[in-house]
Amino acid sequence: MEFLYNLDDSMIEWSRAQFALTAIYHWLFVPLTLGLAVIMGIAETCYYRTKKPFWKDVAKFWQKLFGVNFAMGVATGIILEFEFGTNWSNYSWFVGDIFGAPLAVEGIVAFFMESTFVAVMFFGWKKVSAGFHLAATWLTGLGATISAWWILVANAWMQCPVGCAFNPDTMRNEMVSFAEVALSPFAIDKFCHTVISAWIIGAVFVVAVCCWYLLKGREQKLAVESLKIAAIVGLVASVGAALTGHQSAARVAEVQPMKLAAMEALYNGGTDQSLTGIALINPFAQPDYENEAEAPLKIAVPYALSILATNDPHGYVAGINDILNGYTKPDGTVELSVDEKIERGKKAIAALAAYRQAKFASSDDGSTAAAQLQVLQENMPYFGYGYIRDKSEVVPFVPINFYAFRVMVGVGCLLILFFMVVLFFLYKKDITAAPKWLHWAAIVMVPLAYVASECGWLVAEFGRQPWTIQDMLPTWASVSNLQSASVIVTFFIFLVLFTTMLAVEINILLKQIKKGPES
Amino acid sequence: MTYEFLQQYWWFLVSLLGALLVFLLFVQGANSLVGSLGGDAEGRRLVINSTGRKWEFTFTTLVTFGGAFFASFPLFYSTSFGGAYWLWMIILFSFVLQAVSYEFQNKLGNLLGARTFQFFLVLNGIVGPVLLGGAVATFFEGSNFIVAKENLVDANSQLSTVGSPIISQWANASHGLDALLNPWVLVFGFAVFFLARILGILYIMNNVNDADIRARASVRLMGSTIAFLVLFVSYLVHLLLKDGYAYDPVTGIISMAPYKYLKNFLEMWYLLVLLLVGVVLVLYGIVKEIISGQKKAPDANLLPLTSSNIWPVGIGVVLTVLSLLLCAGWNNTAYYPSTADLQSSLTIANSCSSEFTLTTMFYVSLLIPFVLAYIVVAWRKIDGKKLDKEEIRTDEAY
Repeated sequence: MEFLYNLDDSMIEWSRAQFALTAIYHWLFVPLTLGLAVIMGIAETCYYRTKKPFWKDVAKFWQKLFGVNFAMGVATGIILEFEFGTNWSNYSWFVGDIFGAPLAVEGIVAFFMESTFVAVMFFGWKKVSAGFHLAATWLTGLGATISAWWILVANAWMQCPVGCAFNPDTMRNEMVSFAEVALSPFAIDKFCHTVISAWIIGAVFVVAVCCWYLLKGREQKLAVESLKIAAIVGLVASVGAALTGHQSAARVAEVQPMKLAAMEALYNGGTDQSLTGIALINPFAQPDYENEAEAPLKIAVPYALSILATNDPHGYVAGINDILNGYTKPDGTVELSVDEKIERGKKAIAALAAYRQAKFASSDDGSTAAAQLQVLQENMPYFGYGYIRDKSEVVPFVPINFYAFRVMVGVGCLLILFFMVVLFFLYKKDITAAPKWLHWAAIVMVPLAYVASECGWLVAEFGRQPWTIQDMLPTWASVSNLQSASVIVTFFIFLVLFTTMLAVEINILLKQIKKGPES
Repeated sequence: MTYEFLQQYWWFLVSLLGALLVFLLFVQGANSLVGSLGGDAEGRRLVINSTGRKWEFTFTTLVTFGGAFFASFPLFYSTSFGGAYWLWMIILFSFVLQAVSYEFQNKLGNLLGARTFQFFLVLNGIVGPVLLGGAVATFFEGSNFIVAKENLVDANSQLSTVGSPIISQWANASHGLDALLNPWVLVFGFAVFFLARILGILYIMNNVNDADIRARASVRLMGSTIAFLVLFVSYLVHLLLKDGYAYDPVTGIISMAPYKYLKNFLEMWYLLVLLLVGVVLVLYGIVKEIISGQKKAPDANLLPLTSSNIWPVGIGVVLTVLSLLLCAGWNNTAYYPSTADLQSSLTIANSCSSEFTLTTMFYVSLLIPFVLAYIVVAWRKIDGKKLDKEEIRTDEAY
């Protein structure tokens, strides 16, 4: 049996890489699906109300592009769902009692809605009434959005596990409150921030396509009318993303202080914290947070981090070293040092082992088991730390979090400005005669917005390392027992497959845009 | 609702989803025949557009089947998916290729060419049913795994250099492909494959209004039916005669029981009825189609343009598969037996979610009739007029 216990580090890293690859690709397609759903829905509503054939062409044009993108989102999504089983099997057992439910609800409630009505939307123009078709278009978008809700509930639960309790007899966590899981404040913030940011992607995409038409001097009417929809959706969404982003940051400060410290490269915290604008951090190496007071060449906005995290300019924000060595929260509660948490985690694991042994032994009258259970329950909040070997393992890779956060926020601010300029030209000037740089800027904004959107996920997911479930289970206790060779092969198959299909999709999209609407 | 009832209920739902999934494999079945049914490029396009209006139902059912299995029997999810890694990965690859191929195959600028994407559809049409069928066969044949929950707290493993608190282990290095070395798994896998072809042929006969395709489909039906019947009957006889994996509901101890599945059908007579009605419906639909085809065979133009024999056959397939899956899990039977360690075998009692989760999900499942209702409405709206070449030329099409 010995060979079964030889997990190797590289297999864990490749499993992480494969999941990250799938998630990153999935997130290339999903935000466009969510965002275009809103815009084509509005366009078709205009058709329904005005009955002008022009609006039908507009709606059909955006639906065509939606269709090209839709299948890839679906295809990468199924892989993510099944990878929890294939690559993260221990995770699936340890918390499957809670985590499986939102995935099942997503399938039953949302995904069927999306995939049933998307067929009506594509093929039903001549087969169903205008009202039914409009409903199908909106239901496709609604299905996709509800789908996002349940997936983000699942993701939020990993970041902030609520509504569950550990059952030592079944050796897993079990759900005790569905409402707490499904309506967790962390999930609500995540949903709002993520879906609103997806609308930005849809809007940026539409604005860029329209501006390209204006550059070429064609499809002017379609371009201007679509711009009016997209620029407003874009501005509302980018302001909304900033507000919900603030809310999300405050939530992170509360439940994942280490993620916030990594995002900010805040080594030593305190009250009255300033928000780092930029600092010099080697992108390829973990900084020496133990010995450096702060990141070099730091330019910061005074009090801003305290405001971001606590809504109070004098609020306390913990740094990496504070979290590692333990600190006292403003409300007086003491946060243990990581070493102590590791100690207590090991105690919990040992108590669980002893409990199981006593329970199955015929000699025990129940008192040993009860005593061990007591020890387990006292130390349960630190269970996951029992798998940590050294406190440095609980510090996520700072440079990725630091830079990804800045790119996301920077591009986000730029987008607010950009949509304001576009709206200014639309309503106060003539957008068709706007300077060419504006049209070109719109096209450049597409990759930038995608990078910002992906950066948001990098922060969310790298920031919580090494935890698959915060404080409960690190990655190396979550994986499946595979040979790294197997995972390497599947990683590269996915890489080639997804990259090829992405290239095909982009090429088809470009050809469709070039071809323009059919009327 | 007792915990036992909920376990049975959820096994029923998962089985029902599995049965519906097998029916919906008509998409794969027809795709596997796209060349011989379609004939020329236009005919192939017609076949692809016909299954292309339904593929998402199959795909979504597969996703929901996975999600429901995860929520109700998480130990199966972690043991089978993590263990039979390669088997599931190949299934997934083939479904990814399928999902994109419809949209991409006929589009300008698809880089790889229409034939490549059509080949992907054929590939998924063959690999999908064979491997999904093979995976189902392991419910009776067993798999090579060990479940040891104590690994979570085993100090020896946990304190090793990387730590290995993993509870489910595959006991060989082939990670699921070993199942394909068992001839009975292959017999069942190919039975599902030919069944998918029968369903695909009948679906195309129902959905496509085209005399040439109808005539070609008629010819192909006979071959698939013979292959299916030989494979299916062999497997059924094998199943009824083989030893099965039983468990004691009080102690949970698993043991080998002679003629377990035969006994299951006799003790749960309603499953036997379900199975017989299902098989009769399947045969009735196929025979009816073959007879009506032969009557008019000299002149294809005399055939009615569409046929509705997919419905008795489809319902029969759902009932048959449902009875088989229920037979695998009900009546104190281990539905995912381990050939490496008998006591690691999964039963609906030892692999299910907590009572709280099953209860919560019970309420969620009450939405299923509502979901089915709007699927039926949408399906009827889209299928109101049968697909023909004229529509492909003048309306929205892949």
